[in-house]
Amino acid sequence: MSALTDYLIRHADDNLVLSQRLAEYVSHAPELEEDLAIANIALDHLGVATHLLEYAAAIGDTGKTADELAFLRSEREFTNLLLVEQPNGDFAHIMVRQFLFDAYQRELWDALAHSTDHTVAGIAAKASKEAAYHVRHSHGWLVRLGDGTTESHLRMEQAIADLWRFVDEMFDTDSLDEKMTTAGMGVAPAALRGAWEALVDATLEEATLHHGPVDPQRRGGRSGFHTEHLGHLLTEMQWMQRSYPGLEW
Amino acid sequence: MDTRELRTVLAAVVDPEIPVLTIADLGILRDVTEDRNGSVRVTITPTYSGCPAMDHLRRAIERTLIAAGYDEIEIITTFEPPWTTDWMTDEGRRKLTEYGIAPPRQHPGEPILCPQCRSASSRVVSEFGATACKALRVCSACGEPFDHFKEI
Repeated sequence: MSALTDYLIRHADDNLVLSQRLAEYVSHAPELEEDLAIANIALDHLGVATHLLEYAAAIGDTGKTADELAFLRSEREFTNLLLVEQPNGDFAHIMVRQFLFDAYQRELWDALAHSTDHTVAGIAAKASKEAAYHVRHSHGWLVRLGDGTTESHLRMEQAIADLWRFVDEMFDTDSLDEKMTTAGMGVAPAALRGAWEALVDATLEEATLHHGPVDPQRRGGRSGFHTEHLGHLLTEMQWMQRSYPGLEW
Repeated sequence: MDTRELRTVLAAVVDPEIPVLTIADLGILRDVTEDRNGSVRVTITPTYSGCPAMDHLRRAIERTLIAAGYDEIEIITTFEPPWTTDWMTDEGRRKLTEYGIAPPRQHPGEPILCPQCRSASSRVVSEFGATACKALRVCSACGEPFDHFKEI
């Protein structure tokens, strides 16, 4: 497969898996407006994943359609970050996961909007505007819950402690990133970390929250080595196509 | 038919979620061309990444052109340049207000007017509303809730 195809698929996978996680939560949010927000954000992630997979399918070297890429690849073939596949847990875990990822994607799409590949640049430019809404939303919850009651503060601290071990993986720069960056089409994730940290640190301070160094950091998603949670997620997401191959409606 | 007539035919295609707006009002319809053999090429651009109306619109465009006598139809989706609410026509903005939705603002700092009483004073209830493109607000003057078409 071409480097571009692999690159499109890894970023599509991040968005597809997170959208599935958020969709699981719809109708369980603490208030109706939040259910609407989560459904909309899930839809944005799904839309980005669809555009990237359709582009990957159009390039043609996988020999698969966008639907086949989403519904007929196995766990080892998914190259999403470990962070996005983590189970929902409580609302604190959902919002911390979302905020850490929103802050990363805002920087990512801003950078990819300058890609020399015009389709990537167009998809990224749109996603970047949506990511700005997402960050505002999850940032609001971090501050509200972190600087809220004793209980909400404790739960946020716990969520940060649980999820922080997936942070470094977001900024790992592998040979594919290097190849795409050299070609002017991609960006080295390591270059996004400074801006990400500035936003995250300022938000945590405002929210009276803390993070310690977590060792060891977990990684492997980009090479297809996942936590046990992804297999379960895919089982549910892919059930229809696995049981009734080729079914359409 | 010339291109202008084709655009008029396609102007009958409306957004399924905000049926007062046509694809031309929204700025989704980027280009229409007809070649010598009578085949039509329509270029559209998606609004929000996750807008579920796009599939529906592609089918509606196809049906409309078939009804107008075309059978060679190609619909191309382009991402570049990315759609912005700035492309919504003045006619589209007027129709949105009449329909009860505050249109997207064209300049930062411009007030959002309540579509019911025209008051400039309202507050956000949720930045995410009934569809991907709308935020939910409540007017501080007349107390009515209303949708605001978000700027992107």
